[in-house]
Amino acid sequence: MDEIRPYKATERKGETFSYLPPLTPEKIRKHIAYMIAQGWNPAIEHTEPEKAFMHYWYLWKLPFFGEQSVEKVMAEIEACHRANSGHIVRLTGFDNYTQSRGIVFIVHQAGR
Amino acid sequence: MAVKTYQAGVKDYRSSYWTPDYIPLDTDLLACFKIVVQEGVSREEIAAAVAAESSTGTWTTVWADLLTDLDYYKGRAYRIEPVPGDNTAFYAFVAYPIDLFEEGSIVNVLTSLVGNVFGFKALRSLRLEDIRFPIAYVKTCGGPPNGIQMERDRMNKYGRAFLGCTIKPKLGLSAKNYGMSVYECLRGGLDFTKDDENINSQPFMRWHHRFEFVTEAVLKAQAETGERKGHFLNVTAPTPEEMYKRAEFAKELGAPIIMHDFLTGGFCANTGLANWCRDNGMLLHIHRAMHAVLDRNPYHGIHFRVLAKCLRLSGGDHLHSGTVVGKLEGDRAATLGWIDTMRESFIPENRERGLFFDQDWGSMPGVMPVASGGIHVWHMPALVNIFGDDACFQFGGGTIGHPWGNAAGATANRVALEACTDARNQGRQVEREGKEVLTEAAQHSPELKIAMETWKEIKFEFDTVDKLDVSR
Repeated sequence: MDEIRPYKATERKGETFSYLPPLTPEKIRKHIAYMIAQGWNPAIEHTEPEKAFMHYWYLWKLPFFGEQSVEKVMAEIEACHRANSGHIVRLTGFDNYTQSRGIVFIVHQAGR
Repeated sequence: MAVKTYQAGVKDYRSSYWTPDYIPLDTDLLACFKIVVQEGVSREEIAAAVAAESSTGTWTTVWADLLTDLDYYKGRAYRIEPVPGDNTAFYAFVAYPIDLFEEGSIVNVLTSLVGNVFGFKALRSLRLEDIRFPIAYVKTCGGPPNGIQMERDRMNKYGRAFLGCTIKPKLGLSAKNYGMSVYECLRGGLDFTKDDENINSQPFMRWHHRFEFVTEAVLKAQAETGERKGHFLNVTAPTPEEMYKRAEFAKELGAPIIMHDFLTGGFCANTGLANWCRDNGMLLHIHRAMHAVLDRNPYHGIHFRVLAKCLRLSGGDHLHSGTVVGKLEGDRAATLGWIDTMRESFIPENRERGLFFDQDWGSMPGVMPVASGGIHVWHMPALVNIFGDDACFQFGGGTIGHPWGNAAGATANRVALEACTDARNQGRQVEREGKEVLTEAAQHSPELKIAMETWKEIKFEFDTVDKLDVSR
């Protein structure tokens, strides 16, 4: 058995998929396609890193109700990121059947 | 109404309680029993006897029967069916009028349906396979205090299953050491840790000491990771008064979730605690110690799908459901049947999954299935495929048994879960490609890599004792 490796000091994380390497644009596109295929409505939110723990982030425009184009959602993510480069940006799929969110994950870390 | 006169003596049960022409009402509570009779007794007679003994009847006629309208109150055996692949047993279907039961009382339903009748001498064995609760009765029950969606919203977890870990060793840790183990799990990436069911308030760790240290662990891990965390504080206690005292203290500390053992604690305590949780914004995790005593024998007892329905009505936000793949009993199709029963709002009859009736829950929230018992990272692809996202996967040994400790074990599980969820969303067949998915993920995670090496040989491939009844 290998030697025991020490575990690092705890890092700040961002819920779903934050233990994987940052999602590539190609992967994000597939997640958006999955979201749309589930019948969920994509929405973009952003916040200052120090407020990330709170439930409510700034809503970018409105949820893109009925949007079927992966590229349009990608373009909105980039627009939000450009306008708020110091902010974390996350993508949500609103599920109006459960009146909740089907999925939420970070698409841009602050400053990256 | 026909004129009835009193005649003392013993009548065949079937003359009153076997009604093959009866069409069940939407408001009837329906039950399916699996019966093995003693030799020389007819199936219709024994089905009628079960209906009688679990409702209005007794072994002889009594004059006081004539003071009421027994035709209104009696249970009726309305159908018998052979058990596929087994000619020693048969199914009997019984319809009970809704007014036989106190509103909102699982205690009362079970007292009738699985009461004296199970000791009836003419039966060799008896098993309650399924119950259809009419929507009219469902509406009288409180149900899960929060439900799956409220739990997601409170805990801020979306698009993936929850991850938990039962703290081990089960017994003997001091409160402060126990809190350390909780902290290491949570800071490594788990959402929840859990008191083992037999942790109540023993001399080695009194409940209030545990609650205090665990709360510090949860709050610190939460602050450091920026993610919402919880620990299932077990409030199961010797008396209801003591149980509520512990629940109140958990609330005072700001804990998001407590836990209860619904069978050993009992349905009276459980329903009361669920009501308390609803009033106090507390999530309720339910353990099921003693269930296998009741549900494992295929010929006698109560099927787990019935216990799961009873729990959903009594109230609980989580319930252990088995894993299909781990160390504990659980047939795959049958498990899919009862996890649907726990989570969905309408579940159609489906004999291939052991569901004997349609079940309509109306707007009652769903219960989150908890898969726990002998599972580790290699099981993750199957778990994601079987359970989907609305479940909590609990890795006890599979976290704390990691060669580098709890935090690394937690990270390994979290990476494995997220990799499988990501792969599924990307359109991959996660169970079939599980090995590749995990191997790719392990390239970025030494914690996962070593976990995969540690557990690659561990399998639990014993045959299931309680199988679905099918012709073989």
